[in-house]
Amino acid sequence: MPDLRGLYQEVILDHSKKPRNYRVLEGADHRAEGYNPLCGDRVAIYLKVENGKINDLSFQGSGCAISTSSASLLTETLKGKTLDEADALFEKFHALVTGGGDGKLADDDSLGKLAVFSGVAEFPIRVKCATLAWHTLRSALSGEKETVTTE
Amino acid sequence: MATTHHPVSKDEHQKRPAGFDVERVRKDFPVLDQQVHGRPLVYLDNAATSQKPLAVIEAEEHFYRHDCSNIHRGVHELSERATRSYEDARVTAQRFLNARHSKEIVFVRGTTEAINLVASSFGRKNVSAGDEILITAMEHHSNIVPWQMLCEEKGATLRVAPINDRGELLFDEFVKLLGRKTRLLSVVHVSNVLGTINPVREMIEAAHRRNIPVLLDGAQAAPHLAVDVQELDCDFYTFSGHKLYGPTGVGVLYGKADLLEAMPPYQGGGDMISSVTFEKTTYNSLPYKFEAGTPNIAAGIALGAAIDYLKRIGLENVAAYENELLAYATEAVSRIPGLKMIGTAERKAGVISFVMEGIHPHDVGTILDQEGIAVRTGHHCAQPLMERFEIPATTRASFAFYNTNGEIDALVAGIHKVKELLG
Repeated sequence: MPDLRGLYQEVILDHSKKPRNYRVLEGADHRAEGYNPLCGDRVAIYLKVENGKINDLSFQGSGCAISTSSASLLTETLKGKTLDEADALFEKFHALVTGGGDGKLADDDSLGKLAVFSGVAEFPIRVKCATLAWHTLRSALSGEKETVTTE
Repeated sequence: MATTHHPVSKDEHQKRPAGFDVERVRKDFPVLDQQVHGRPLVYLDNAATSQKPLAVIEAEEHFYRHDCSNIHRGVHELSERATRSYEDARVTAQRFLNARHSKEIVFVRGTTEAINLVASSFGRKNVSAGDEILITAMEHHSNIVPWQMLCEEKGATLRVAPINDRGELLFDEFVKLLGRKTRLLSVVHVSNVLGTINPVREMIEAAHRRNIPVLLDGAQAAPHLAVDVQELDCDFYTFSGHKLYGPTGVGVLYGKADLLEAMPPYQGGGDMISSVTFEKTTYNSLPYKFEAGTPNIAAGIALGAAIDYLKRIGLENVAAYENELLAYATEAVSRIPGLKMIGTAERKAGVISFVMEGIHPHDVGTILDQEGIAVRTGHHCAQPLMERFEIPATTRASFAFYNTNGEIDALVAGIHKVKELLG
């Protein structure tokens, strides 16, 4: 039986109630909006990128505990990372929440706090909540203008 | 918070017949007897689709085991049996709605297709540039989008009658919107999100005084209230089989015969014609003019079985019992601190929608699911209504006559668990 405490870990609840970097980023050079039509979650991501490095980023939006905390932890994790590092983290994060990596990813140090999302793999319907911010980030960095949806 | 709110009058409570035995009724629905995540299933998503009694499951099976063949064509025995059963189901639906003629009953895939049929056929013929279609702020997307498409094509305008914070139509504002340019009023009988029962008879009278025809979206009404289309005098009525304890893939469009006669066909193909040459096609009579192609025969027959089942239980019994359930649930749920009900109309049926302070409905849905409780979370295909209440989504518990007070207690306990985990 899936474990609710495993899904709603303290770090996740903390970030959903007190999201970090929750603001519009003045002077952002990359920006995208994401939308999950299934549950109405919306997220906007703002970034300042220089020489392939994310100098600053922020988000705003409304959504469930999983999507809000995922966006918050994304902004916290990626500040100062290069675009290549961000890409690699997305791949690992995606594998983590979809149950890939033979269950070893939860102990992967490079994921840092993102490892708290390992419980999502037991709730396939919630994968879209966890990855919405990440898809939106990818869209912001690739410069696509349209709203990203998880559908 | 609506702590003193009563969705039904005391008189209605007392109508509950001594003969209605919910435990016996539950045995007719095999799906209810199961565990979900180690807990007894509590199915409170009936407004999305209701469960099917054995009579319906067996009717579908009987068709495929014994009578499977196409209808309205073959001279052979099986085709005759299938045709007879299918047409019997039409008569059953006719009596269910108290329509004058069985030819006023058009079988469609569901409410969505029924509304699209009217928009496409009646709408294209009767709506021109500058005309208006009137709906309300509490419509399902299926009673918004077909009209938007029609308006876009014709250069017409979609008007929306407003509602108050309880989720009730502002009747005076509504009447003001019935104008010389209004070609159709299309309105939901019972709201799928709010549970509001609209004052449809008064609305129809007001529209008819201005010669405006009226379509009622009865998807959420037909399973819960007795509907009499002659008494209501609506011009079109629609419902879906699968919300009425019948199968998916079948529904009914009722239309007054003279209106349907005057409407062009909706789709072309077999069964909707009486003769075809490459120069000219003569269309079939009602209702076949609107039933191109082989329909979902088994589902149509099983819908007839669902209506027969519902009649055996008695729609008055259903309405009375469900009103009691709703009153019990309203009382219990509205007592939970930090919970706000969305939709507190004086007259309601079958639905409780709510939001919780600081907790998103999607999280509520996941935690309730782990308790074996099935509810719907999201915008319920009514995004404009969500905007009206300035919320992204709600959690919705919707009831059927096989639900019990004990299940509502389980829902309340589940909501407390949500608060304990996330609050």
